[in-house]
Amino acid sequence: MFPTPVAKTSRTWRITYQGLLPVVLVIWLLPLISIAVFSIKPDSDFTTGNYWGWPGSFEGFANYGRVFFDSDMPRYLLNSVLITVPTVIGCMVLSSMTGFALGIYKFRANLWIFFMFVAGNFVPFQILMVPVRDLTLQMGLYNTKTGLVLFHIAFQTGFRTLFMRNFIRALPYELIEAARVEGVAEWRIFWYVVLPLMKPALAAMAVLVFTFIWNDYFWAVVLTQGVESQPVTAGITSFNAQYRAAYHLMSAGSIVAALPPVAMFFLMQKHFIAGLTLGAVK
Amino acid sequence: MTHATLPDTQPQPDKRSWWRRHQVAVSPWLFLAPGMIFFLVYVIVPIFQSFQISLLRWDGLGAPEYIGLRNYQELYYDDAFYTALRNNLLWLLLYLLAIPAGLFIALFLNQTVTGIRLYKSLFFFPFVISQVVVGLVFTWFYDPTFGLLNIILGWVGLGPVNVLGDPTYVTYGIIAAGLWPQTAYCMILYLTGLNGVNPEQIEAGRLDNAKGWKMLWYIIIPQLKPATFIAFVVTIIGALRSFDLISIMTNGGPFGESRVLSFYMFEVALSEYGFRMGYGAAIAVVLFLIMLCFIAYFLWSMYQEDKGR
Repeated sequence: MFPTPVAKTSRTWRITYQGLLPVVLVIWLLPLISIAVFSIKPDSDFTTGNYWGWPGSFEGFANYGRVFFDSDMPRYLLNSVLITVPTVIGCMVLSSMTGFALGIYKFRANLWIFFMFVAGNFVPFQILMVPVRDLTLQMGLYNTKTGLVLFHIAFQTGFRTLFMRNFIRALPYELIEAARVEGVAEWRIFWYVVLPLMKPALAAMAVLVFTFIWNDYFWAVVLTQGVESQPVTAGITSFNAQYRAAYHLMSAGSIVAALPPVAMFFLMQKHFIAGLTLGAVK
Repeated sequence: MTHATLPDTQPQPDKRSWWRRHQVAVSPWLFLAPGMIFFLVYVIVPIFQSFQISLLRWDGLGAPEYIGLRNYQELYYDDAFYTALRNNLLWLLLYLLAIPAGLFIALFLNQTVTGIRLYKSLFFFPFVISQVVVGLVFTWFYDPTFGLLNIILGWVGLGPVNVLGDPTYVTYGIIAAGLWPQTAYCMILYLTGLNGVNPEQIEAGRLDNAKGWKMLWYIIIPQLKPATFIAFVVTIIGALRSFDLISIMTNGGPFGESRVLSFYMFEVALSEYGFRMGYGAAIAVVLFLIMLCFIAYFLWSMYQEDKGR
């Protein structure tokens, strides 16, 4: 293990290290800690200039209550869920199939199609903005959740194909050959042999796509407009416009908006990290 | 594309159905079809359409007018474009700092003391939260009246700086905010990478008296190459896509000094500056061409690796 485990080093360094850890962590997370503190402060703290001091009183319930009952926040959150969940499902379906096709079959166009998916994903997505917006308008899906979901599925599928294909490549190929010799139909091989083995990859993909889509802001701004379809990342800007300079409410709103991916990460940490490393770093 | 595997001259005709015979050749296309159709319609075709739109004068509603390369000509004389381009290069260069920073934190956290797992996940936090929130938090951090930054600067006797209001500092300020989540990402890549480092090589190095920096440089970093590659890829892509932070923190200002290409194109095509789809598409094409150099390199590296299997 590198660096040398602290257990094997001098006593002083061991104690220093253990003391250093929380200090460094607090510095690293200072911006987050500060909005967490902001979010429970009373309004009066900001008018009297007590920004960074101890909260004058605990107003957590009042602040978060106003976010949930006195603003469009719940609506935006619901939109986010209705955009994110279908995207995750669609993406899992499509990319497990494309990943299977590119991972198992050997045909001439294989590598080229694979590269098409990968290259399409490295593209700065701004180049897609004008045509995709136009396409969405023409389909009558502008400012709908469906329009956003369809695009997200398409774009994410490319990246997830890379991940799935690499994962399937690492599976023992003999399994598939054995099944073929037995005369098992190809779609049955997919469904009964490969798919069960793909569960960890699918889980990793699901959490990752969830986080990315939940946090998406660019496409939300490009393809949607109003409270009836905008997800929470875009909604938070109108929320902030509504509560201009009400730092306690803006903080509470931000925390509410940021929480679902954070919860997802903590619940499925192992899968999340496997997904981030694209299965390339084990 | 796909051809029958059995020649017609075969004396004994195969009794199996057409589907049975061709299943293995046809199946991949059936599996690929839905994903590919989606991807072609929403990603591949729009790339080419953007090239085409960049030759038009079009407000997105009325009839487009073909104007040849006039949009590019206008770009050539557009000062705002050069500002955005310069900022993009700054983003590319400075964003790469996330890689050594991430490695450094990963090395710091690669220990086995109690609770280290929790520490690692908490360090990763900034990456999981939305950039919109990151932008908001850093806007307050830089705020000239109450921001923590100026309070800290005040302790060492430095005057208040309005980072986001000052044309010279603004881009650096936003990049610093972007580095925060990106460093967390690189850190997690390196932490997983460090897990896979061969312990025998480290022992061998120790026997050869390799220590500290030398050990890191000659033994550890070469073994972290896959992690570094992915960190490089995601950081470059992240730098070129930067949009959210700029939109939240400064909206391109002051005086357009914090614009990058992706933001500028959005502004030109979809904001109060008018709906100039053609001009926006031309900016996107330039951005795409910059990215193309990197895409070619990434694909080439992946191809090399794939050949090795």
